[in-house]
Amino acid sequence: MKSEAASTPEQELRIVGFLCNWCSYGGADTAGICRFKQPTDLRIIRIPCTGRMDPLFAVKALIYGADGVLVSGCHPKDCHYAVGNYYARRRMEVLKRFLPFIGIDTGRFRYSWVSASEGQLWQQVVKEFSEQIHRLGANPGLHEKIDVEASLFLF
Amino acid sequence: MRIGVFVCRCGTNIANTVDTEAVANKALEYPDVTHATDYMYTCSEPGQQEIQQAIKEHALQGIVVAACSPRMHEATFRRAVEKAGLNRYMFEQANIREHCSWISSDIEANTRKAMDLVRMSVEKLRFNQPLFSSYVPINKRVLVIGGGVAGIQAALDCAEGGLDVVMVERESTIGGKMAKLDKTFPTIDCSSCILGPKMVDVAQNDNIHLYAYSEIDSVSGYIGNFKVGIRKKATYVDWDACTGCGLCTEKCPAKKCYDRFNEGLGTTTAINIPFPQAIPKKACIDADYCRYFTKGKCKVCQKLCPTSAIRFEMEDEIVTEEVGAIVVATGYDLFDDSVYGEYGGGHYPDVISAMQYERLLSAAGPTGGHIRRPSDGKAPKDIVWLSCIGSRDASVGRPYCSGICCMYIAKQATMTRDHLPDCNCYVSYMDIRAPGKNYDEFVRRAQEEYGVQYFRGRVGKIYPKGDRLIVQGADTLLGIQIEIEADLVVLATGIEPSDGARGLAEKLRISYDDYGFYMESHPKLRPVETNTAGVYLSGVCQGPKDIPASVGQGSAAAAKVQALFSRDTIETDPQVANVKEIACIGCGKCIDVCPFGAIQWKTLRDGSQKAQVLETVCQGCGLCNATCPPKAIQLQHCTDDQILAEVNALCG
Repeated sequence: MKSEAASTPEQELRIVGFLCNWCSYGGADTAGICRFKQPTDLRIIRIPCTGRMDPLFAVKALIYGADGVLVSGCHPKDCHYAVGNYYARRRMEVLKRFLPFIGIDTGRFRYSWVSASEGQLWQQVVKEFSEQIHRLGANPGLHEKIDVEASLFLF
Repeated sequence: MRIGVFVCRCGTNIANTVDTEAVANKALEYPDVTHATDYMYTCSEPGQQEIQQAIKEHALQGIVVAACSPRMHEATFRRAVEKAGLNRYMFEQANIREHCSWISSDIEANTRKAMDLVRMSVEKLRFNQPLFSSYVPINKRVLVIGGGVAGIQAALDCAEGGLDVVMVERESTIGGKMAKLDKTFPTIDCSSCILGPKMVDVAQNDNIHLYAYSEIDSVSGYIGNFKVGIRKKATYVDWDACTGCGLCTEKCPAKKCYDRFNEGLGTTTAINIPFPQAIPKKACIDADYCRYFTKGKCKVCQKLCPTSAIRFEMEDEIVTEEVGAIVVATGYDLFDDSVYGEYGGGHYPDVISAMQYERLLSAAGPTGGHIRRPSDGKAPKDIVWLSCIGSRDASVGRPYCSGICCMYIAKQATMTRDHLPDCNCYVSYMDIRAPGKNYDEFVRRAQEEYGVQYFRGRVGKIYPKGDRLIVQGADTLLGIQIEIEADLVVLATGIEPSDGARGLAEKLRISYDDYGFYMESHPKLRPVETNTAGVYLSGVCQGPKDIPASVGQGSAAAAKVQALFSRDTIETDPQVANVKEIACIGCGKCIDVCPFGAIQWKTLRDGSQKAQVLETVCQGCGLCNATCPPKAIQLQHCTDDQILAEVNALCG
């Protein structure tokens, strides 16, 4: 965790974003339309709803070497599908507590609520999370220490 | 699979900060990519033709376009590839503009990112399957819930278009809140004169079937094919026999019943017809007050009824109606002013709500249209209106503006000056909000021509002095304390969603906001639709609005229904969940989590239970997919394989 020497701030890290189509993906679009500058580490995967988010997607990304995983969806009560983000919230909370058990720093995972109109908030979320991941540095590489394919069998 | 990649330069929007040529060249290294190029404006007519040509020339089976957000042009490109003979779901769009070129000026980093995004799309596309819509027939009947002016308008517009309409109204008469009003702003039209004929039209229209004194019991099904259980509450009167003669209401001995129609200002009989223009004009027994039901004997009405219509043994009955669309027009209720203890609403008889005052003004009201104090029946000399009672006040959980109060205060004050020219009218306001056509002129007329005295500020306290009331407050413009001795105080109570709105929303599976107003699909561009296909909103149930806006939305909802019903079948979105039966363990977790009731049990020939998705009901959220333990249920076009392919493209 304190391997700051391993990563200079300039070095690009790998952050995977899972964004719900209706709110946060739109919020990220809004941030783009408004030209709110953001770090370039994030790569976004579009999902219909955070309720679609299987915690294993995040776990697999982190095991395979992602340096951070960011999940974002509609604000509670604003879910396009009424309740999807409530399920997501519970799952993400459980996931957060589970990550240390498999040797992953909880700081590498974050979930947030950003609506389609909150471009500025999205910029802030991306900035903060990217900075946090840069502080943590590159993923020490669980995938190099364990047999990933075999361990994924467990899930 | 043979995949073609098209990288859009979007003029300079992308090309300025992303090396599109390098992205296209890099794409050729990705698996299955056989063709890659960059283009100035891919979404333009020639840009689309270039894609279509390449599909033919290179026998492409899947297309990736790296351009703007798919929220912008996914539909455009899907149509384009479909025209070239591909299935429209054999297309993926990489967002290299909003998520890449526009948010950083570092060309190197952006180009790397764009390459990754294209790679992710290619990897996902390799798992795409052609998907096909199915078509289901539409039942061309519409259910309108609520018989206020918004519901009436929607029902009449639909019926005029030849549709069968089922209208359900909770009260024993339609008309809603508007039927209680005396006049309407800003034209001072007589409310019942303009609403009455519409109510009669509802009764006389052969296409409209009215269930009054009924509520929605259950809703199942989906757009085009809803099944609705309607609870016909027991009226204890056979409405087929009742002629509305009113003899029972004259003779009923239980005369001191709460008069809901007159907001409790007068009393009524246990068997009653709410008002003379009621539609349907049928009597209904209030079992809470009826002597037979409370004391066990009376039955005066049964003895007198000339058509023997009284049925004390009647019970609630549930009928089922099948409809293809639902218009929700459940309207509003008024804020309970007794929450403001300092004003004494509900405590001092001469502090009344604006709707009660409206009944005092009405010629059909308890005082025959003469303004009289509820306490002693005297004509008031000084009346004070307090605005924003339960509006724009976060401390009572109502931070929103009810939108109508400023206008109805001006109307009531104007009417008062007409009825009682010697009566002094005072209005305490926070801000005057009169943004409609001729609205501000109307308020000014109340102030300038009718001499209604407005003062800006908030009243702090009301207390009795003799038989009058002292209204204490501040005029914040003059910066002075104000004390007015009044005979009558009218509290301009704000709007809140109709009692039971949340319960109904859950039956309909539509969402509501913090206060219980129903959520429209998009606040600006889809103000009538809900997120449940086939359910439309009309009137105040969606948010505070006045009569013209409610009528407008009623017509808009009817237009939406007509548009839906102008086709015989509806095309379903194939991006829905799908069960692989061989993997399904029949745990039923997907059935529990589905917010739309789109999954049901299916019994196979061997007797085993499997989940089955109703394609037309499924909205494609994927909650079931994430829940399913053996991953037997997969959301088409967003399967686990597809998402993991994207993850692997990044982290592999």
